[in-house]
Amino acid sequence: MSDAIVQVENLKKSYGSVEAVRGVSFEVREGEVFGLLGPNGAGKTTTVEILEGLRKADDGRVRVCGLDPQGSGAAFQNVFGAALQSTALPEKLRVDEALALFASFYPKRRDPDELIRRFGLEEKRKAFYSQLSGGQKQRLALALSLVNEPRVIFLDEPTAGLDPQVRREIYDIIEELRQEKKTILLTTHYIEEAERLCDRVAVIDHGKVMAMGTPRELKARSAGTTRIEVRLAQPEDDGALRRLDAVTDCHSLDGSYVLHTTHTPQTLVALVKHLESRGNELQSLEIHSPSLEDVFIELTGRRLRD
Amino acid sequence: MRNIWILTAIRMRLAMRNRAFIFFSLVMPLAFLFVFASIFGRSMPQQVKYLLPSVLALTVMGSFWGLSIQLVLFREQGILRRFHLAPVGPFAMLASSIITNYVLTIPTIVIELFLVRTVWHVESFGNLLGLVVMISLGVLTFASFGLIVASVTNTMQETQVINNLIWFAFLFFSGATFPIAMFPAWLHRASVFLPATHLIIGLQLVVLGGLPIWKAGPEVVALVTGLVMSLFVSTKLFRWEPEERIDRRAKLIAAAVVIPFLLVGVWENAQSERRRALQSFFGSAQQRESAPPSPSQAPAPQQQPPSAPPR
Repeated sequence: MSDAIVQVENLKKSYGSVEAVRGVSFEVREGEVFGLLGPNGAGKTTTVEILEGLRKADDGRVRVCGLDPQGSGAAFQNVFGAALQSTALPEKLRVDEALALFASFYPKRRDPDELIRRFGLEEKRKAFYSQLSGGQKQRLALALSLVNEPRVIFLDEPTAGLDPQVRREIYDIIEELRQEKKTILLTTHYIEEAERLCDRVAVIDHGKVMAMGTPRELKARSAGTTRIEVRLAQPEDDGALRRLDAVTDCHSLDGSYVLHTTHTPQTLVALVKHLESRGNELQSLEIHSPSLEDVFIELTGRRLRD
Repeated sequence: MRNIWILTAIRMRLAMRNRAFIFFSLVMPLAFLFVFASIFGRSMPQQVKYLLPSVLALTVMGSFWGLSIQLVLFREQGILRRFHLAPVGPFAMLASSIITNYVLTIPTIVIELFLVRTVWHVESFGNLLGLVVMISLGVLTFASFGLIVASVTNTMQETQVINNLIWFAFLFFSGATFPIAMFPAWLHRASVFLPATHLIIGLQLVVLGGLPIWKAGPEVVALVTGLVMSLFVSTKLFRWEPEERIDRRAKLIAAAVVIPFLLVGVWENAQSERRRALQSFFGSAQQRESAPPSPSQAPAPQQQPPSAPPR
């Protein structure tokens, strides 16, 4: 594709005997927000850090704006901006100094004052880096990723470890960037983040891409089944539950049972009757319409939690 | 090149905000000066002047300590990898450390010289140009040794251990604290392989001997070569990533930095006249030490009757 800003082909990377990335391929197109969704240890950070030039690939081909991250020199560093999974700066560096410092390394640069305003750091302009809260540090990290007017932005777990309110603030910032048609590659292990922020998502697990598409396409893939999650007083046989009306699949997960159904009311009635006949009791019941989480569980057989 | 100045400017600010830095680069050297001048030198100008090269050398040599610690800290905390995302190269990073250290160490040296002149009445610092060259070269070279230490150690603990070993050797086997003249012959011969000894000898030649800098040719060559090799090796071995480990081969490459000092040491050992000339400085100082205070020594005059009749 001609408008691919980021190209990754059959990327491989091992650390000793651990294969972190085992043949990952994807493209990020101009103006889209692309998400790498997967649990911790899936190979997301390794992939992104290879794209940033921090690590070397063992095999495969990687291009960012047509440039090889290894051996393209400053021309490569000028085209991208990035926020690492955890950004560290000298403790006694002030917010405005950090922005001015990093901007000064690039030929094309944004006005630090404008970034300070935009990221709501006015009050902390003169604060030392060590005096910032987690959310403020992350906002500064995002601001730093924009100092050079990059053509593509890499955000590695931009909301990991932040409390829900701060996370929403970061979402707002990323959504704003999305509306400005910035090209962004972000990694996340939050389903909500991928669904809300990304135009396209690659589900990645154990160093491999399991599925790729828009959130809508991926959800359509989960066969359009509704998920009924129940907790029971006594254990039940999977097989018996699978034979209930309209159920297409059933498996136990973290002590509860997940039933996939094509017709929810029928299954519910059948389930209640079945439990009554067995003298079993229902402790909780949740009904989920198809979501990315289902897709993930279907693809990997596990939940996406940290 | 531009990045070197950008980084130097910001690192100078960071250093000024760092209390540990102020302590080690200003308070400690001045404490050394007071101990040396008032206890070892008994506040006698001749003695203080004789100890001046040691005091200056200790200030200069301390550079390697701070630089290694800072670089390892930056690497361990993941600060370096943030810089690695930007178009900043290892050389700019390293050169800015050295320049920052130079600019911030020189004031301490100037304060020391000022105190030595006003408090302890040392009239002359020997060959001034020689002093400036020797000090400048020393500060740059010993700072670059700190970069070597940082490039061969993996953790802060390792760095501290290595720094202590080096500092111990510099302190006791270079003539900085115990005069070389006091050493047994074998240790004397061994000491000229230490970079610190070259610095001390060079400073003694220009300060005590009042000799021009070219008389300290071998010392200058050893320090310049050490500086160039340290910069080259530490740029080659530079690591941005906290978890990146150094391999054994790289440690060998780093060890190559000692080559110029080995060569000069061998040469120095072969030059028996030069050694004798150097010892004469110590010899003359020893004599003065055992001699009773004379009128030429400032703190003593009140003991002498001011109206002593001239003969």
